[in-house]
Amino acid sequence: MRITILTTTIALALTTAAAGAQEVRVYNWSDYIDEALLEKFEAETGLKLIYDVYDSNEVLETKLLAGGSGYDVVVPSGTYLQRQITAGAYQKLDVSLLPNHDNMWSLITDRTQKYDPDNAYSVNYMWGTTGIGVNVSKVRETLGEDAPIDSLDLIFKPENMEKLAKCGVHFLDAPAETIPFALQFLGEDPDSHDTDVVAKVEDVYAAVRPYVQKFHNSEYINGLANGDVCVAMGWSGDILQARDRADEAGNGVEIAYHAPKEGAQMWFDQMAIPVDAPNPEGAHKFLNFIMDPENAAAASNYVYYANGNKASQEYLLDDVINDPAIYPDEETLNNLYTTTPLDPKVQRFVTRLWTKIKSGT
Amino acid sequence: MRRFILIAVPYLWLLALFLVPFAIVLKISLSDIILAIPPYTPTLDFSAGWEGIKAFFGALDLENFRFLATDDLYWKAYLSSVQIAFIATLATLIVGYPIAYGMANAPDHWRPTLMMLVILPFWTSFLIRVYAWVGILSNEGYLNQFLLGIGIISEPLTILNTNTAVYIGIVYTYLPFMILPIYSTLERMDASLLEAAEDLGCSRIKAFWLITIPLSKNGIIAGCFLVFIPTIGEFVIPSLLGGSRTLMIGKVLWEEFFNNRDWPVASAVAVILLLILIIPIILFQRNEQKQREADK
Repeated sequence: MRITILTTTIALALTTAAAGAQEVRVYNWSDYIDEALLEKFEAETGLKLIYDVYDSNEVLETKLLAGGSGYDVVVPSGTYLQRQITAGAYQKLDVSLLPNHDNMWSLITDRTQKYDPDNAYSVNYMWGTTGIGVNVSKVRETLGEDAPIDSLDLIFKPENMEKLAKCGVHFLDAPAETIPFALQFLGEDPDSHDTDVVAKVEDVYAAVRPYVQKFHNSEYINGLANGDVCVAMGWSGDILQARDRADEAGNGVEIAYHAPKEGAQMWFDQMAIPVDAPNPEGAHKFLNFIMDPENAAAASNYVYYANGNKASQEYLLDDVINDPAIYPDEETLNNLYTTTPLDPKVQRFVTRLWTKIKSGT
Repeated sequence: MRRFILIAVPYLWLLALFLVPFAIVLKISLSDIILAIPPYTPTLDFSAGWEGIKAFFGALDLENFRFLATDDLYWKAYLSSVQIAFIATLATLIVGYPIAYGMANAPDHWRPTLMMLVILPFWTSFLIRVYAWVGILSNEGYLNQFLLGIGIISEPLTILNTNTAVYIGIVYTYLPFMILPIYSTLERMDASLLEAAEDLGCSRIKAFWLITIPLSKNGIIAGCFLVFIPTIGEFVIPSLLGGSRTLMIGKVLWEEFFNNRDWPVASAVAVILLLILIIPIILFQRNEQKQREADK
C-alpha cells in the first residue's frame, strides 16, 4: 500500500516536473485515503496532485517549522494544529472558495474550536478515538472467554500482559496518546499538565513494559492483520483497516476494536494550508473537493474513520455509519476526552519520561 | 598558481560540505528554543547591520551543552552507541576477513565476478534491504519458518526488535566496506613470502598469523574505521530492526529534534557526537597517510 503510494507519487512527480504552478501538493497520514479519490480530483480540476505521506505528527511539525515545506495541504491533529497556528505556520481559509463548507457537522466543528477558534484555519478531515485492537480468538485462548477486551485492564494489568506477551503486544510510540491512556487508567485527569501527576504513569508502564514487543505507530496494522500481533494500542480506523485486511486475506484472523470503557481519547485530524503554500488556490480546491459529501463518504468508507461532514452520512456504507467503533453512540461519545497542547517544559518532561519508559534509561 | 588551484579544490569542497554545515549546527546549538518558524532564536539579521550581528552573538550561550550534562540519558546513549559500533565492527571483521581472503586467493578469472557479488547489493536501496531483514527476522519470518521447519527449534526465536537484529543489520549493510579494503591489501600481497615461510618450516596456519595478517593490517584498520565511524551515528538500522531498549545517539537526536521540537539541544547533541567522532577520524587519516608514505 505504502509502496504503491510511493510509486504513484514518483510517477506523478516525473510526469509533472514541468507543470509548475498547476500542481497541488498534499501531505497526509499514511493509509488515510481512497486512492481513487486522488485520480478523481485530477480529472475534475485538471490539476496535478502530488500526494506524500507521513506517520507521525512530529515529522509534519518539523517540516512546517523548518519553513518552505512546499506542501499546499497538510493534515495535523488537534493539539499540533493549535501549536502550529501559534507559531504562524498556517494561512486563514478563504471560505468564499469553499462552497462545500456548509456540509460540515456542528458536533465536530464545536469541538475542534478548542484547537482552532472559529475554525478559521482548518476543516476536519477525519476524527476518531484511540483504543485497543485485539485478535479475538488468540486473546480469548490466552486469557479465557471473559478477557477484558474493552477495558484498560487488558493492557495495564501485568497479570494479563504477562500471558499476552507471547502472542505479541504493540503500543503506540506517541506520548500524546500513551500518557493520557495511562492517566485514565489511574483515574487521573487524562489532560493533566502537572508533571507530578504525569510522572505517575511511569509505574503503570514499568509494570507491563517487559511484555511489550514494540512501540510503533503503524506496524500494528499489518501485524494484527497477519497474526503477528494479538493486542495493539492504536487508532480506531487503523485497527479497523487491519480487521478489513484480515478479512480480505481470509486467514481466519478476527480483529475487534474497542474504545476503552473507562474513557478514550477523541482526536481530530484537520486539513490546513501552510502559510507558504505555493498554490493556495489549488489547496482550497482540494479542501472543497474533500468536503464534497460523496467524496468525504468515499474516504470514510475506505479508511474506516468517521469524518466531520454531516452531509456525507447518507453516502456512508451501512457497516461504517452503523459501526459504533467508527461512529460512537451517544453514551460512548460522552465518555470521550480531548487533550490540549503542552508548554515546552512539560513537553520535555513528557518526552523524557516516555524515553525512560521505553528504554529503561 | 596551478598548484594553488589544485589544492584549493578539495579545501573548497571541505569548506562547503563540512565546515559551513557544521557552523550552522554549532550556531543553532548556542541558540534558544521558541515557537516560530524557524523554531530557535536568535537568527542572524544582516539588514540591521553591525548592530544586528552584535545582538546575534550577544544572545548565544552554552546553556544547551550544560543541559546535556544534567541528564544521564545523553552520555549513556553516547556510550551505548560506541559499544554497539565496536561490537558490530568486530563482527563485521570476523565475517568480512575470510570473504576477502577467499576472494584474494580465488583464481584470477573469478575475481571480477566475486567483486561484482560484493558490490551488487548497492544496486538496491539501502532502506529496502533493511526492510527485507524485517521479513526475514520477524517471529513469523523466513528464518523462523525455516528453523521450525527443519526442527531445530520448537518455538520461534525473537530476533527482530532486539540488539541482535541491529548487529545483523549493521554487519550486513557495512560488510562491503570491510571486505574491499582488506581484499585490496591481500591482493597486492607477495605470495612468494608465504612460500618462503613454508620452505623455512613454518606451518600454513602460523604463516597466516605471522605474515598474512600483519601485511593486511592496513586494510583491516581502514575497513574497521569505515564501519565504526558511520555506525556510531546510525539511525535507520536501530529504528527499523532494534527494539525500544536499543539506545543509540541517533535515536536520541531524533527525539530531541522531532518530539521536543528542541533544535538547539538536538544540535548540541550533534556537535558532541562530531567531537567524539573526530578522534577515530584523525586516527584513520594518520593510518592512510602512513600507508601512502610506505607505498612510495
